[in-house]
Amino acid sequence: MQRYSLLNVIRRAASSNTGWGPAWRTPTLRPSYDVVVIGGGGHGLATAYFLAKKHGVRRVALLERGHIGQGNSGRNTQVTRSNYFYPVSSSFFDHSLRLYEGLGRELNFNVMLRQDGLINLAHSLHDLEINRRWANAIRMNGVDAEVLSEADIRRLVPSLNTRPRFPIVGGLIQRRAGISRHDAVVWGFARGASAHGVDIVQGCEVAGFRQTGSRVTAVETSQGTIQCDRVVMSVSNQCSVLAGLAGFTLPITTTTLQAMVTEPIKPILDACVISAQIHAYVSQSDRGEIVIGGSADVNNSYRQRGSPAITRGVLASVLELFPSFSRLKLMRQWAGAVDITPDTSPIMGLTPVRNLYINCGWGTGGYKAIPAGGDTMAQTVVEDKPHPLIRAFDLARFERGALIDEGAASGVAH
Amino acid sequence: MLYIPCPYCGPRDETEFAYGGPSHVTRPELTATDREWTHYLYHRANIKGPYPERWLHSFGCGRWFNVVRDTTTHDILEVYLMGESGRPPEQAP
Repeated sequence: MQRYSLLNVIRRAASSNTGWGPAWRTPTLRPSYDVVVIGGGGHGLATAYFLAKKHGVRRVALLERGHIGQGNSGRNTQVTRSNYFYPVSSSFFDHSLRLYEGLGRELNFNVMLRQDGLINLAHSLHDLEINRRWANAIRMNGVDAEVLSEADIRRLVPSLNTRPRFPIVGGLIQRRAGISRHDAVVWGFARGASAHGVDIVQGCEVAGFRQTGSRVTAVETSQGTIQCDRVVMSVSNQCSVLAGLAGFTLPITTTTLQAMVTEPIKPILDACVISAQIHAYVSQSDRGEIVIGGSADVNNSYRQRGSPAITRGVLASVLELFPSFSRLKLMRQWAGAVDITPDTSPIMGLTPVRNLYINCGWGTGGYKAIPAGGDTMAQTVVEDKPHPLIRAFDLARFERGALIDEGAASGVAH
Repeated sequence: MLYIPCPYCGPRDETEFAYGGPSHVTRPELTATDREWTHYLYHRANIKGPYPERWLHSFGCGRWFNVVRDTTTHDILEVYLMGESGRPPEQAP
């Protein structure tokens, strides 16, 4: 792997930038591997990276049916935060945020993390009470949170209209939350994984599993059959389909979540602003675009196209909050298919198939969990028992009735 | 935007309807095991392709009905009333 450094930039510049090689290898599939990771999104790539780097697993294949980072890892709105209510969520997501804080150095790839905070708006005294309770819970979990007054919010976000139809009476901020560049996270993990020997095979679709007893012995793919010891499934919206191939079902509903960006403008917004009540959230990317998201579509869908009815509703909400944005041109609108669980918390760990591990159910907020998802899943696979941080997020929790009904996950905060 | 043919009122915009999730989910007997009950409560077929689902024409006639919609294309393949079972899967287009 060529290191990215000031010295190397100067060196390559001296030779007209002709010496830069590809950031990751393009290997052909070998007939057998120790671990096969299915899904070349952030979570899959991070899992492969930590398997190879932290645990020294030598033969790891990562299979991606399209190109890496083309699914939800390339369609999200780049928000990282750890303002969760329950201790199990908080400890997991704060581990992820801490990994994000060091990720640029870890990967030698600038992920452009900008921790300018995330503000949840309260539109009524009841909202404010819930925000206070939420802030207390977050702080009890050892994570930063502050309750804001209307005046604080005005100072932090001067462009915000604090007197919309449902007036803003206060809010809640996590200052360590922020945004980063999603493509950089995908590329950084891919480059790092490849450098540590992971075979990243793109255009390779899984067609089935060969099983003996309750173990997978081989994975059938569009590029041939691979023998393997262990399999990790990290395929977000396709998880029900793949679980069906392996012979079990999941408590997952696949639906559509959309996002959109305006034309780029000069910096006007530092923090990410979220209103769970009117279902909209807004941030400004480093390129200057106003990034807008909101509620998911109502119906099941694998189509990756959002309903215009939802687009209209989200935009109406955003313009209530930021009337000055009404003159901006909307540049792009897109959607991803998201895998939603009944309690809006992810499913990670073991499955009914003995050597098949699952990482899914991220629904509307998997981006923020990429480094911790990879880190904990890698250890889970190597030790064949759930990492302590994800023990509560197992598939069997639905049978135990131990749901993690995380309103902070479901909100509209991604 | 979906254009949903209500069997009572004719085709209308998606915004007039409320979604009711999958059709034909059968509640198990009270003697069900924890696993069967969990399956009934939480596990979903989450089909990629023709998917039987329920819709309520809430801003119209206020009645429920079943729709078979392809979840990869959003094409509506079949509409039938509550209490009916629809075409057997092998006959579905």
